[in-house]
Amino acid sequence: MTDLLQLVIAGLATGGIYALAAIGFTLLWQTSQTINFAQGEFVMVPAFFSLAAMKLGLPFLPALLVAVLVSMLLLGVAFRYVVVGPLLHRGVLPLVISTIALSIILKETVKDFYSAEAQVFPTLLPDRVVTLLPGVAVSLAQIGVLAVSLVTIGGLQWFLGGTRTGRQMQATAQNPGVARILGVPVERMILYTFVINAGLAAMASILISPIYLAKFSNGETLGLVAFVAAIVGGFNQVRGAIAGGLLIGVLDNLAASYVSTAYRQAIPLILLVLVILFRPQGLLGRREERAV
Amino acid sequence: MSARMSVIVGLVALVALALVPADLTGLGLPYPGLKRYGTYILTLWLVTAIAAMGVNLIVGYAGQETLAQAAFVGIGAYLTAIAGKHGVPFGLSFVLSGLATFVIGIALGFPALRVQKHYLAFVTLAFSVLCWLVFRNETAVTGGVMGLRDIERPFVFSFQLRRALHFYWFVLVIAALMTVVLWWIVRSPWGRAFTALRENPLRAESLGVDVRLYTLLAFALGSAYGGMAGSLYAPLVEFIDPSPFALGPSLLFMLMVVVGGSGAFLGPFVGAGVAVLLPEWLRAWETWYLLIYGVLVMIMMALAPGGLVGLVEFLVRRRKAQP
Repeated sequence: MTDLLQLVIAGLATGGIYALAAIGFTLLWQTSQTINFAQGEFVMVPAFFSLAAMKLGLPFLPALLVAVLVSMLLLGVAFRYVVVGPLLHRGVLPLVISTIALSIILKETVKDFYSAEAQVFPTLLPDRVVTLLPGVAVSLAQIGVLAVSLVTIGGLQWFLGGTRTGRQMQATAQNPGVARILGVPVERMILYTFVINAGLAAMASILISPIYLAKFSNGETLGLVAFVAAIVGGFNQVRGAIAGGLLIGVLDNLAASYVSTAYRQAIPLILLVLVILFRPQGLLGRREERAV
Repeated sequence: MSARMSVIVGLVALVALALVPADLTGLGLPYPGLKRYGTYILTLWLVTAIAAMGVNLIVGYAGQETLAQAAFVGIGAYLTAIAGKHGVPFGLSFVLSGLATFVIGIALGFPALRVQKHYLAFVTLAFSVLCWLVFRNETAVTGGVMGLRDIERPFVFSFQLRRALHFYWFVLVIAALMTVVLWWIVRSPWGRAFTALRENPLRAESLGVDVRLYTLLAFALGSAYGGMAGSLYAPLVEFIDPSPFALGPSLLFMLMVVVGGSGAFLGPFVGAGVAVLLPEWLRAWETWYLLIYGVLVMIMMALAPGGLVGLVEFLVRRRKAQP
């Protein structure tokens, strides 16, 4: 029982990170019908921004800040205008292909210009084991990860629901046409979504890299998890992505110790197929109507 | 192009392709043909093009996204390799590969196509990774990361196609037949329904086209083309391991078809040609090859979403417009 509790807490910690990646993915889809096949690489790359900044002599915390800012600029603003902008009116397929190409470019750039080897990444909190309840020992780093991701998600939820800009963003996501009539600066809201997505991905990157090490190929698994979390939770809901992320994190951890390490990756995928079979709108999603 | 014209052009292309790697010095012509490796690359191009034709049917005609074509190729390849070890003749395993991948296509597509447009992409994404896990982990059957070696080349009657050139001709005949079948399909009323579907699914539905059934059959058939390509791939390379059937190669199949020109009949051949030949040309920059390819694809999506075939058509039309 205590083992189980330990696994669940560890799972929630990674799940929080998955949720960050999945929320960004959902936001992009809602506001601009962009399925970002490079989302995993968006989570892989910021760790290398901060490693590069540290190589230039910056201390750890400022390097993290630089990584977040550079990500927002390159993976947010530049992604919006250079990659997505010219393709938005062309329909979904060119955009899908272009983001697949972008994922290859990001992966190969890191491999060719930084390193093909896995890089050690420092943790925010020390990896010291603390005892929460009798018999339940978790590492401080895990609690830190969970806390940071929950605070980030909480902050985002407050921003989306509690501020004027956030509500305008929601309006844009739900119905851009009506939002525009009501005077919402739709274009700017879409840009904000891209910047927020990049920021969330950078947070996820900083939190996950101490656990999995920073490596150019990390994006493949991370991207897959972000997809699965977003769809399982409900493609059109931010809270769906949060629930999906946490659920996948816990399942992933339980599968690793109770099923087999070889098929650990298969469990979320099977869950995905089951959800599409029996509850296609996702666990927390609502059905979408089609218009002629 | 009229139907008769297409047939003539197709036959000329077939004869030309048959002669490209052949040694013609025996006929008094100063053309030594291609060496073993060149013939191998040409065969690989045909096999890749067959799988890409399947993707084109799914992406270009039915307007769906598939991210599992390499997995279907893998299923065909492993099925053929394993059946071959148990003495099953190639012809039978070829047909079985096609049937198995068709049935899997139906099973995957049926639930996915009930929902929204992009769910097929997500289901095939999951399927692709699951297949790769099975190929890698079920060591007793698939050989795991060590792979399966010494896959036999097929026999035609009692003659084994050991020489690269003979196997190339064999693949060429199969590829030609599969091209004709697909050509017939996209020109049949069934195929025209696809075009209606891609242009406006809701209108097609209201005109009585059973959108789901048509899309499902297109996906299953496209996947079967992948399986049959895999069945040819195994004896071509004579050794298979899980890496060419992972998610990455499946994504490359999508890029290939769009680079060639999705929805253009010749697109898959052009795209497969670029995908097979570019790494050979860029051999000196081996590590850079994928990076260059990615950048080219992105530029192309922004400037010429119709792919290379679309670009050529556009240039030809413009030349005709201004004499």
